[in-house]
Amino acid sequence: MAEAKKYPAPQGNPETAPFWEAAKAGKFLIKRCTACGEPHYFPRSICPFCFSDKTVWEESSGEGEIYTFSLMRKSPTGPYAIGYVTLKEGPSVQTNFVDCELEKLKIGQKVKVVFKPTDGAPLPFFTPV
Amino acid sequence: MTIKGKAYIAGIYEHPTRHAPDKSTAQLHAEVAKGAIEDAGLTKADIDGYFCAGDAPGGLWPMVDYLGLRVRHMDSTETGGCSYLIHLGHAAEAIAAGKCSIALITLAGKPRTGAMPPRAQGAEADFESAYGATTHNAYGMCAMRHMHDYGTTSEQLAWIKVAASHHAQWNPHAMLKDVVTVEDVLNSPLISDPLHRMDCCVVSDGGGALIVTTPEIAKSLKKPLVRLIGHGEAMKGPRGGKDLDLTYSAGVWSGPRAFEEAGVTPKDIKYASIYDSFTITVLMQLEDLGFCKKGEGGKFVSDGNLISGVGKLPFNTDGGGLCSNHPVNRGGMTKIIEAVRQLRGEAHPKVQVPNCDLAIAHGTGGLLGVRHAASTCILERA
Repeated sequence: MAEAKKYPAPQGNPETAPFWEAAKAGKFLIKRCTACGEPHYFPRSICPFCFSDKTVWEESSGEGEIYTFSLMRKSPTGPYAIGYVTLKEGPSVQTNFVDCELEKLKIGQKVKVVFKPTDGAPLPFFTPV
Repeated sequence: MTIKGKAYIAGIYEHPTRHAPDKSTAQLHAEVAKGAIEDAGLTKADIDGYFCAGDAPGGLWPMVDYLGLRVRHMDSTETGGCSYLIHLGHAAEAIAAGKCSIALITLAGKPRTGAMPPRAQGAEADFESAYGATTHNAYGMCAMRHMHDYGTTSEQLAWIKVAASHHAQWNPHAMLKDVVTVEDVLNSPLISDPLHRMDCCVVSDGGGALIVTTPEIAKSLKKPLVRLIGHGEAMKGPRGGKDLDLTYSAGVWSGPRAFEEAGVTPKDIKYASIYDSFTITVLMQLEDLGFCKKGEGGKFVSDGNLISGVGKLPFNTDGGGLCSNHPVNRGGMTKIIEAVRQLRGEAHPKVQVPNCDLAIAHGTGGLLGVRHAASTCILERA
């Protein structure tokens, strides 16, 4: 199916700017806390688990599996599938599944990140491997 | 320190309208306030506490002025559909602490007349807004995973709508009065997998209000006595994406807190008002509140177990959000109102639970599959 859909450009802010800069280079970043070792998403400067400020950017493999999804059939912009992907690194991220037959999606299916353009930085989506 | 028995619900009012294009939202708030004050047998001058949430136009400043109130305590906690369950708990806290003695809580709005403004976004905006999370698909994601993990079926979810429709046939104000079957639900179109159209609540205009007061004042009034004996509130979100589990809600925390404070267990409950934005909302909350084990909600709701006079746990005897109304896309207020009717013995005779002396009103607010709050109130006939 053609991706005619137009996505909003991220607004960005000083805390998340490195994520969007990396996205422009095709890299999908997560944050990891060097105090407790836990990765998280979406990125924060202070760890949501141990509240340490020793968090660092890390490139994710961009690979994971579908935790859950729902195919939204009623939408002015056409059907879309929203869901969560559990990344290999651990965190689960909210996303849409694209470039695939939406009717065939399954929980547990392997997926990988793909970026889609906006008027600003590109946005991460996931597609079946 | 506890709020157990320190606050009574002395007045209730549910607006009979389901479509109000000819009224303003502030006007609907005033009408439900007037209704609840009159139900209690009080006057506006008696009100010294006011509670409202995001549906009140402009919040506390304009509302207190518009209604012409003179209050010494106010609270605009905003947690979507469960705001009013939280307000009830907070009103009890304020009354127990002597900060006010007669509190008014209002809800009103017109989503059937016109679309509601979008929900305010937080730090997650850039990382979520493009993906189009809506109520339908956020609850669909929960249902999908619940089915995957526990084998829950669409037939089981449908039983929740069937039970609500059995109750709604007796409610003259209900939007959907026809009794439906499991097959009717399954044959309705898929909206957001795996939820069918009949798994979804109605969209309605309307509102409701409560008067909460001290034991002494409640006993001086004429209505049957209903008191709050336990309250809990909690919040849940993806929290950095660690150990994501969409098969349970924040009710796993709010419920036990309320039951512990009340000193009762789910087995003691005679009537349950459970927020029914979608069928899956009811199923997950019944599990989370301890009416059955996690994963056994599908079995619990089947075969009419939620139908008054038929099953073990009569629920939403006004027809709930699934059939009667869902003012402002927020179900918490009407859940409390129907629980009070049951405890007063004022429910419709066809659905009134015999000797109903203990009830629960519970709801969530926000998006169950993204981030949401939950609140539980245990109510007793005094």
